[in-house]
Amino acid sequence: MKKLEAIIKPFKLEEVKEALGEIGIEGMTVSEVKGFGRQKGHTEIYRGSEYTVDFLPKLKLETVVADNQVEQAVETIAKAAKTGKIGDGKVFVLDVEEALRIRTDEQGDEAI
Amino acid sequence: MGLAFALCAWGGLTLSAQDAASAAEEAAVAAQEMAENGDDTLAGEPEADGGGGIDKADTAWIMAATALVLFMTIPGLSLFYGGLVRSKNVLSVLMHCFFITCVMTIFWLVCGYSLALTEGNAFIGGLDRIFLKGLDPEAGDGIPESLLFMFQMTFVIITPALIVGAFCERMKFAAVVAFSLVWALLVYVPVCHMVWGPGGWLLEKGVIDLAGGIVVHITAGIAALVLCIKVGPRKGHLTEKMAPHNLPMCVMGTGMLWVGWFGFNGGSDLGASPDGVMAMLVTQVSAAIAAIVWTTIEWVKNGKPSVLGGVTGAIAGLAAITPASGEVGPVGALCIGTVSGIVCWYFSVVLKNKFRYDDSLDVFGVHGVGGFVGTILVAVFAAEQFGGMKDPSYSVGTQLGIQMLAAFGVAGYTFLVSVALAIVIEKTIGLRVEESDEREGLDVSEHGEQAYNN
Repeated sequence: MKKLEAIIKPFKLEEVKEALGEIGIEGMTVSEVKGFGRQKGHTEIYRGSEYTVDFLPKLKLETVVADNQVEQAVETIAKAAKTGKIGDGKVFVLDVEEALRIRTDEQGDEAI
Repeated sequence: MGLAFALCAWGGLTLSAQDAASAAEEAAVAAQEMAENGDDTLAGEPEADGGGGIDKADTAWIMAATALVLFMTIPGLSLFYGGLVRSKNVLSVLMHCFFITCVMTIFWLVCGYSLALTEGNAFIGGLDRIFLKGLDPEAGDGIPESLLFMFQMTFVIITPALIVGAFCERMKFAAVVAFSLVWALLVYVPVCHMVWGPGGWLLEKGVIDLAGGIVVHITAGIAALVLCIKVGPRKGHLTEKMAPHNLPMCVMGTGMLWVGWFGFNGGSDLGASPDGVMAMLVTQVSAAIAAIVWTTIEWVKNGKPSVLGGVTGAIAGLAAITPASGEVGPVGALCIGTVSGIVCWYFSVVLKNKFRYDDSLDVFGVHGVGGFVGTILVAVFAAEQFGGMKDPSYSVGTQLGIQMLAAFGVAGYTFLVSVALAIVIEKTIGLRVEESDEREGLDVSEHGEQAYNN
């Protein structure tokens, strides 16, 4: 099992969710995060007080997939989340030791 | 607080039944005179007469105006300030405005009204109306005296509430209450008497201040400057981001202040009169042009017109027209609003950041400076040539001298007393919260509450 962590632009969520659904991946967790890579932030001015905002709003999408689906899932996310403009994000692949479905106590690939 | 009560207790002890009787007698004589002479209002006919010199139209409007001006503090100013601070401090600012409203109400009843607006000497009133004793609910000059009490009360409420913006996010609640109360007694009350009270020093000199450019805005502005420097800047000022947490709240508050200002200026003629209407007219014009000016300056300088700039500009225009709204015409309002937009912007944005003092919500920069601008400029724009209300015998030069004397005199007095009071409170209660409390946020540390809970 592998965990995919994808940082994407917030407006891309629906597209990525639907694309993953089409390849059979239905479960995921999404959180609102702030971050930056090479994309620059912006400046805000409140009555003469100037603030440079480096962090940009992003979404972190997490989903655990079976080993045999990893490559396909990564490709799907990247394709759906891409705009071609700076700040599109990244996908990380992490190893997962174990998983358990709380309702049924299923473990391993059955739990995903 | 002890001082106020001691004063009133002393007053209560020395006043005799004879004094009370003579005060009531005077009111009755005045009422009779009013009834016989009639008053020069729109609805001076007997049908509109509420009896005993009371004009029903005037009374109706001033009752409404009273509600409008109270609305300016709760919730107008409260929301305007609330949106400007960080979310961890929003409740503390709301509480300052709310609690000051309540405390000032009682203060005004106990001794404030009497000391401000009854006969005394040139600088302070008397004790005839301590606890409103001797007040006849049916008697008054055009409006019942009880309504004069109420309408003026809304002014003593908003003035200390304005100062809150200078020391927010770091001052102890106990210190806020103590300062507000004693300051109201030592600064607001004498200044109110001098400008609006019977026999008041500046009133007798012929000062022009219809609705409180001097009494409200200059006093609050100077006290704000003193306190923001004495209390010191917020931790992280100039290095950490302290953006407004809820600008929509600010905009809502501004709207309430603007609309409420129709009561503030429009009611200060104390009647439903053409003068009152003109006061509303010039108020609107000044607010609008000042907002446009501030927005334009930002658009040019920063490349983007900000909402905060727009609403702040409006307030600058409103503050400036306040003293002038009884004597200037629409063109005068255009000029005053324009100048205020520019000058207040300069003080709040350029000078403040240059000298690095943390007048957090620009009380001095907008209210203090705005009040000053209007107080001085009214001398010019009251003249006939500019569409003002004065007759041809009016001397701009003479009036300018009076306005400057009033503005600088009151500013100087306010400065001295505010400094002294701040020092006393610092040495007794302490002015500022602990750094850890400031970091946590005053909502939790001073009030034990969180504003936003899921």
